[in-house]
Amino acid sequence: MAEDKLAEYKIVAIGGSAGSLDVIFKIVEALPQQINASLIIVIHRKSSPDSILVNLLSTKTSLPVKEVEDKEALLPGRIYIAAPDYHLLIEDEHSFSLDSSEKINYSRPSIDVSFESVAGVFGKAVVGVLLSGASVDGAKGLQNIKSAGGYTIAQDPASADMGYMPQQAISFGQVDAIVNGKDIPAFIKELLKK
Amino acid sequence: MESKTINDEEFDLLLNELASRYGYDFTNYARTSLKRRINRLLIIDKFPGFAELLFKVKNEEAYLHRFIQEVTVNVTEMFRDPSLYKTLREKVLPSLGTHPIIRIWHAGCSTGEEVYSMAILLQEANLLHKSLLYATDINPSVIENIRRGIFPLSSMKQYSENYIASGGKQDFSTYYTANYEGAQFNKSLQTKMVVATHNLVADRSFNEFQLIICRNVLIYFDKDLQDKVLTLFDGSMEKLGFLVLGAKENIRFSTIDKAYSQIEPNEKIWRKIN
Repeated sequence: MAEDKLAEYKIVAIGGSAGSLDVIFKIVEALPQQINASLIIVIHRKSSPDSILVNLLSTKTSLPVKEVEDKEALLPGRIYIAAPDYHLLIEDEHSFSLDSSEKINYSRPSIDVSFESVAGVFGKAVVGVLLSGASVDGAKGLQNIKSAGGYTIAQDPASADMGYMPQQAISFGQVDAIVNGKDIPAFIKELLKK
Repeated sequence: MESKTINDEEFDLLLNELASRYGYDFTNYARTSLKRRINRLLIIDKFPGFAELLFKVKNEEAYLHRFIQEVTVNVTEMFRDPSLYKTLREKVLPSLGTHPIIRIWHAGCSTGEEVYSMAILLQEANLLHKSLLYATDINPSVIENIRRGIFPLSSMKQYSENYIASGGKQDFSTYYTANYEGAQFNKSLQTKMVVATHNLVADRSFNEFQLIICRNVLIYFDKDLQDKVLTLFDGSMEKLGFLVLGAKENIRFSTIDKAYSQIEPNEKIWRKIN
């Protein structure tokens, strides 16, 4: 396929838990005003009715930021946040679907669920990023992204508030790059230029 | 070791079997989510592969029931999203109270936590005596729980917090009696419940309602089926009736959208205006 040479990334899937917000803000802040890829961000957080996180992230970028509703269209150049208390799945290349079934790794949304789903639909067009956290969630999902041909990044555990989560992924041996938290924004920006 | 997953062909084959053999039509369910449920079942029921699952579904009716129970999602809680219940208390119940009989349909209510939550709201508004709560689900085994009215004692702390956040003024524990691992809810809450199996995909409307509540059920359907079910609700809705969906569900993709208006910007409650 012609796409093989270009390997353009369509999705950057980011998973974070305790201690990850700071890096996520910096990633969003560093993004160019226009990108072809979409960001899908899954963060463990407590359920809250108002979308404080969406509002805060919106102040860091001119790209549209949205907490995902069921069957919402997946459009390029946008930042999508998983809603609290729902697993976020990719229905096909153009839409999301939500799932309120059992927690996975004590988490809903679960990073594993979203990463596996993104990998299944977008394959090698995915960059997976796993940030700070004290959970086992996300390591298996990052592996799924890697086996589907995507590119995987783990935050250097030494640079993370909670190194356990990225360390899990690294010990699975499926990580393309281990990057210091403060360098991740520039690293992603560079990948999206290709 | 690679985990077992079914491919598209197998998925379609299984869906065809379920529809033609048993009348359970999952073909318009959201595919990724349903596939995930089936893959999960392959693992927890320790099937060596897809063929064994298919054989069991085809030949053992008892297993079919387990299959339905496990692939349909039965996660629910009392007073989930307390602000919604607050709005129901303050904006919806006063309007319902003007009717001589209040008919409410909890569609796809699973094990009934939301039906009991509603019964509590109605009782506190002194409306339960003239209400009928129709509680339906596709899954025969889960609705048995509504009749029993027993919920895990371990959830009561959370439910009590939700209840207070919804504007509840009583001591929540007065609504149940602790019994080993279970909280047995007061039988008085049950008196106005009508419990039945109903399949939103295949069955028709059976009454007219002033309030239809269907939360986190439509997310498992594709857009076409969502539209079909919303049309069924619309056909079962009295003029000026209220429709309540889950926190991340919306009617904007549906043909009924124009006939309804959202009563609060942040709550998924719509009123039929046409």
